[in-house]
Amino acid sequence: MNGKWEVVIGLEVHTQLATNSKIFSGASTAYGAAPNTQACLVDLGYPGVLPVLNAEVVRMAVKFGLAVNAKVASRSIFARKNYFYPDLPKGYQISQYELPIVGHGELFILDDNGNEKRIGITRAHLEEDAGKSVHEGFGEHSGIDLNRAGTPLLEIVSEPDMRSAREAVAYMRKIHTIVRYLEVSDGNMQEGSFRCDANVSVRPRGQKELGTRAELKNLNSFRFVEKAINFEIDRQIALIEDGGEVVQETRLYDSDKDETRPMRSKEEANDYRYFPDPDLLPVEIDDSFIEAVRKTLPELPDAKQQRFTNQYGLKTADAEILTASRAVSDYFEQVAEATTAGPQVAANWVIGDLSALLNKEGIEIKSSKIGAGALAGLLDRIADTTISGKIAKDVFESMWTGEGSADEIIAAKGLTQITDTSALESVVDAVIAANPEQVAEFRAGKGKLLGFFVGQVMKETGGKANPGQVNRIIKQKLG
Amino acid sequence: MPLTKLEVQHVAMLARLQLEDRDVDDVVAKLSRIVEFVDQLQAVATDNVLPMAHPLNMSQRLRADDVTEPNQRDFVQQNAPSTKEGYYLVPKVLE
Amino acid sequence: MTADPAGLALHQRTLSELAWGLTKGDFTSRELTELLLGRVAQHESLNAFITVTADVALEQADRADRARTRGVAGPLNGLPIVHKDLFCTKGVLTTCGSNILSHFVSPYDATVVERMAEAGAVMLGKTNMDEFAMGSSNETSFYGPVMNPWDTKLSPGGSSGGSAAAVAARLVPAATGTDTGGSIRQPAALTGTVGLKPTYGRVSRYGMVAFASSLDQAGVITRSAEDAALLLRVIAGIDRRDSTSVDHPVPDYVAGISKPVKGLRIGVVRQHFDEGLDPLCAERVKTSLDALNEAGASLIEIDLPSIGLSVPTYYVVAPAECSSNLSRFDGVRFGHRSADPEDLLDLYCRSRGEGFGAEVKRRIMTGTYVLSAGYYDAYYLKAQKVRQLISQDFKNAFERVDVIAGPTAPTTAFAIGEKTDDPITMYLNDIYTIGANLAGLPGISVPCGFATGLPVGLQLVGPHFAEERILACAHQYQQLTDWHKMAPEDFA
Repeated sequence: MNGKWEVVIGLEVHTQLATNSKIFSGASTAYGAAPNTQACLVDLGYPGVLPVLNAEVVRMAVKFGLAVNAKVASRSIFARKNYFYPDLPKGYQISQYELPIVGHGELFILDDNGNEKRIGITRAHLEEDAGKSVHEGFGEHSGIDLNRAGTPLLEIVSEPDMRSAREAVAYMRKIHTIVRYLEVSDGNMQEGSFRCDANVSVRPRGQKELGTRAELKNLNSFRFVEKAINFEIDRQIALIEDGGEVVQETRLYDSDKDETRPMRSKEEANDYRYFPDPDLLPVEIDDSFIEAVRKTLPELPDAKQQRFTNQYGLKTADAEILTASRAVSDYFEQVAEATTAGPQVAANWVIGDLSALLNKEGIEIKSSKIGAGALAGLLDRIADTTISGKIAKDVFESMWTGEGSADEIIAAKGLTQITDTSALESVVDAVIAANPEQVAEFRAGKGKLLGFFVGQVMKETGGKANPGQVNRIIKQKLG
Repeated sequence: MPLTKLEVQHVAMLARLQLEDRDVDDVVAKLSRIVEFVDQLQAVATDNVLPMAHPLNMSQRLRADDVTEPNQRDFVQQNAPSTKEGYYLVPKVLE
Repeated sequence: MTADPAGLALHQRTLSELAWGLTKGDFTSRELTELLLGRVAQHESLNAFITVTADVALEQADRADRARTRGVAGPLNGLPIVHKDLFCTKGVLTTCGSNILSHFVSPYDATVVERMAEAGAVMLGKTNMDEFAMGSSNETSFYGPVMNPWDTKLSPGGSSGGSAAAVAARLVPAATGTDTGGSIRQPAALTGTVGLKPTYGRVSRYGMVAFASSLDQAGVITRSAEDAALLLRVIAGIDRRDSTSVDHPVPDYVAGISKPVKGLRIGVVRQHFDEGLDPLCAERVKTSLDALNEAGASLIEIDLPSIGLSVPTYYVVAPAECSSNLSRFDGVRFGHRSADPEDLLDLYCRSRGEGFGAEVKRRIMTGTYVLSAGYYDAYYLKAQKVRQLISQDFKNAFERVDVIAGPTAPTTAFAIGEKTDDPITMYLNDIYTIGANLAGLPGISVPCGFATGLPVGLQLVGPHFAEERILACAHQYQQLTDWHKMAPEDFA
């Protein structure tokens, strides 16, 4: 990054709340239905119909507010944001403007130097999503599908506290982790359930006032957020250094070209004419409701990460990876509690072999073909030296393909580690006898050959020998 | 204060209303008359008065999160001026 | 067709009288329905109807007759009614008096429509109205003005002008209406009928095409207070589909009307008898107050200091809400769409430009203006504060009085075309009615005599949810007088 310039970023994260029905109507929110089959009269903005607020939406917003240590408003108001657009059936979006349901909050990320950094949350408010326009396949027309219209969104607005694209991504990931922990959103970015707008500006380092910002719209992957912001930073710096000026505008990120460009539809200066929606009354939330919601809060990622390092002695990096998802952390804990192999071994396997297989097959940990109990069973056999770590990987793959439990597979395939010293000694003797040249070299000081002998023994035993034990015996015999 | 023609045209654009040229002067005159009439509110002392958005002092009722609305697309689209394959059609939208 | 023992023809009877005749078996609902459909056709030139639903009516009448035979008759079984054409009616044209909805067939019933149908009512049709209820003379309708049955050169008032004219002309005993600034009470006054606007939230707004959501309220136009009570009992009550409908018990309004006025404290607003009121109307209203006084009510002069601001306040709040409410008419999902739009903007501007009439466009633009950047605080927010002051005036007054009484409208019916040049002159027609909308109060207009041969209305306004009280007062007045039984000569 250019040392002369300081980057200032604020994010507006739109997270779809995981309700069954829409925020103001009883139409389904299920993804992927045929066009307009989940757009009821309220969603279509039919004459005479009225919005009624979904209770679950309120509960979820409060839950999020509590999780980011925010003040939940005892009274919040829905307002209308007026503008014409084909995906906005009523000609206004019902949102919250002056009195949002969630006020000032905060969360913590690791900054570029690995230090903990507080990011302020300005507010989080409820609003309805718009429908979508389809531009291909209709000739001179666009097709409008209003299934998504009225889907509940929680818009989480941050303070302009981030100073790099990486920090922005770290913040967005943190929000993503939290909403999934809370089970208020599935966070599915492909389906548009989690997306963000980024306000980006630059200013000479040391300057107090903010530079003119550009708003980057609808960034729907972590990678795009990073790339779009970096492109925008470079664009703004180059523009200013060339004697130009940044104009305040809305820009769209084009991932194919990896560039941002001004949005045509937003060229006209907007005057949204917000005013309180007279069809909806103030939402009043009392302390008893807030306390009831507080009781349902799960252990949150930061607390859990801290506990994993304290209670299990995990490395910070491992604890962070394991706690990024509630399901993964739950799985890990089940393994760690059940096995005698120790928590770090459990962590290594969950982060390593298990994650690799899950990724490869595109499976969520909840549907893992090896349950936590089964994995613990496998790790127990390593711990009690029944099998080596290497054999364990083979057993693991057999378990994945459904061949049975670790014990069943070890028994069926005769994989039990040879730990009988006399049996191993005779194999070592045979290897020594068969390789006189290497023996001579080893004795002459070529210590690296130890690995060769171990390898030979492992080969003879089909990998079942205990490597440590073999090492010891060889050193003894040739020493 | 009377409105200017430009202001009226701007408001008409915000409201997406086509104004015919022959009507513009009449609209400017009548809107000005209305705005001048409501301008008398400016003289009212309203310090410390809370704005009133609703006649009754009530709070929002909540609805259970149940799916209650079946698909009625084909029935409802009988009112639609232009549809294709379940989509509502509009002139091409440029983003 | 048989007349009742009192010699009253069926079309002259009230709902309550007709209900009694149906119960006794003097006539069937089908006979009654056919008779009234005949009158509707005969007086088509009043232009009171946008749609006559003869098929629906006869089917509902037959069903009502069968229900009666089976002994499962609802409270409105077989009784004919009409709906203002801004109530959505499933499978029936619902136009709001607008070109933009001139082909709109609602896919659902409004709650008011549904509740009346469930109670056994027979819908004869949909009545003419000012476009989107924006008007006080019925002249803004895309379907042309309605004639006042008392003098067909005159306006019946508005916006529920079709409903009022139909009831006054004895085409139907009762009609629904909506009242945002006086749209039930003012036409009732100008046609010699009874018009009831309940407390805001008393009746569901679901299925009423919205004009100004914080002011709109459904009500009824009838020929007696007793009939208004009968209908209100059916349509009032919480509706889960309308967040602003109130969860408040629905009393038996019909039983409540027998309460005498003795001891009732009637507030008379000083500001209501100023120079804006026609002297002949003032005299009629004062005479009616004297009658109530003689019957045992006390008259107490009161002040509503901010009431003079109600019209300008209303003409900020109502247009602001309407500008937003009417944005949904964009030619995409329903309603008029202009031919061959060049692009999206052209589609919007022309569909709306062609679809809306001049007054509706004026109000949309006024509302857009008062909400726009730089003007919100000066107009919209200011008006909301003044609304609070007006509301507080009423609250204070109701600590001293039970009911506020006065004129419904400043004049009797005026000529069609007389007030169309200046919007403000038209707006001032609602000077006595708008306060109740801003404060959300129930109000009723009852006929209280004639000035130069034209009906004059007495308005009674009560505190929130005091419908029983104003209905009782109106009913007791109607026990003392016969004004409500007077029919226009050509429609007797």
